[in-house]
Amino acid sequence: MAKITFITSDEETITLEGTSGSVMALAVDNGIPGIDGDCGGVCSCATCHVHVAPEDMEKTGSASEIETDMLELDDNADEYSRLCCQIDITDAIDGVVLKVAK
Amino acid sequence: MSESKNTDQNCVVIGASHAGVNFAFVLRREGWQGSITLIDIDPTLPYHRPPLSKAYLTSEDGIEKNLLKSEESYKKENIELKLGVWVDAIDRENKKVVLADGTTLDYDKLVIATGARPIMPPIPGLDTAKNLFPLRSAADVANIRKTVVENEALKVVVIGGGYIGLETAASLKKLGASVTVLERESRILARVTAPEMSAFFQKLHSDNDVAVLTEKNVISIENNQNKNTVVCSDGTRYEANMIVVGVGIHVNKELAEKAGLTIENGIQVNEMAQTSDPSIYAIGDCTFHHNIHYNRHIRLESVQNAVDQAKIAAAAIAGKECCYNAIPWFWSDQYDVKLQMVGLSEGYDEVVVREEADKPNCFSVWYFKGDTLLSVDAVNNAKAYVYGTKFIKGGEKIDKKKLSDPTAEFKPANLIAQ
Repeated sequence: MAKITFITSDEETITLEGTSGSVMALAVDNGIPGIDGDCGGVCSCATCHVHVAPEDMEKTGSASEIETDMLELDDNADEYSRLCCQIDITDAIDGVVLKVAK
Repeated sequence: MSESKNTDQNCVVIGASHAGVNFAFVLRREGWQGSITLIDIDPTLPYHRPPLSKAYLTSEDGIEKNLLKSEESYKKENIELKLGVWVDAIDRENKKVVLADGTTLDYDKLVIATGARPIMPPIPGLDTAKNLFPLRSAADVANIRKTVVENEALKVVVIGGGYIGLETAASLKKLGASVTVLERESRILARVTAPEMSAFFQKLHSDNDVAVLTEKNVISIENNQNKNTVVCSDGTRYEANMIVVGVGIHVNKELAEKAGLTIENGIQVNEMAQTSDPSIYAIGDCTFHHNIHYNRHIRLESVQNAVDQAKIAAAAIAGKECCYNAIPWFWSDQYDVKLQMVGLSEGYDEVVVREEADKPNCFSVWYFKGDTLLSVDAVNNAKAYVYGTKFIKGGEKIDKKKLSDPTAEFKPANLIAQ
């Protein structure tokens, strides 16, 4: 079980609980605005971009090579950017805060 | 969206797949307060289609792990789902949709998102073949998985060497089947890629012990008890206890056609996804639309187009100014290869292949017409896909010599012609 907090582009804070699957799937299931996941979670569309709170980067890890490459599609990407279809929900990410990219 | 002008209005959407479902949710987000009803003949809660022939086919997940939106999401957004329901007709004069049971639904705005259905070619014996399936719906996958479970030493013939056929072949191989792909043309993926790409995928399948045979025109299927024999025009015969047909699609345009809407190679829509009737929009695979980047009318079978037209139609109905201006993109996963494509290659007169030094199985194929970059196929190379997207969008001129030199560092500053 992990609690995950999303901060939307309207600065709304939404905390969800998940046990398995990807962070993207959890966000889509709960209608988090700005997380679309059009490709279904295979790192092909870059529509699930989040900025991880810097202090939580250790928990989520940083983006993989393909993620980093795909993130280049978005001019707002930075070192804290992740495609959240590539973040699995496990106890290890309990408490992370993710800012939905604009 | 202005005032409460639409609180008592009805928006009816025919077709609840990527286009229809995305449209419904975006329309709510745009502020539509009237009713939204999504109708589909498929009884399953709407799901992602691309994984059906890829990861979903080989997983043990139920369809509930592959849904576009959770059941609660529809309730939360007050979107009514009418699943397993067939639409008989569109009555434009009275602005009603007529359902198969004779009941009608009034609409103020109607969205046609009927997509397409697999072509089942008129091959003698196809009707009576045992375990013969297309692959487009969750039910098709359920049938295929059931056949895999029930047959040890499963022999599969896939008719058609397009993306669906090849992805299905790779997935079934992973599940332990013995797989043969029969393609009518002289190379696989002939309609959509350059010979270099066809050769790569031909070898990829061969390396994975899947026989991909070209110039195989299937003329009949003989069925004897539990066994099919697929017969080709050159006299060759292939045994199969399952046959998967992936030879393309028919657009589901009949409803629109019967209603008198303008049809070309699909339902004709303008840059706002509006049909020839201003109250009726059409989105997704079923539309024939103009692409501004390529300045021609096209029909696309893709999630990208479904989602982008859904957004445009929702914005237009909400009274926003908008115009479809997307660059098409696609993807395919086979074995451990990830193919990403951007743009439309049709009409190309030159292909530049970019290899990456020290990275086997990582390359990209760049399609040009003169100096204009039309499209990029990127194999295990998201960077090439991303650069291609940016270059096409920006209309950049590319230094083809540097592009083709694997020792030249792969970065935009290096690739853009000075």
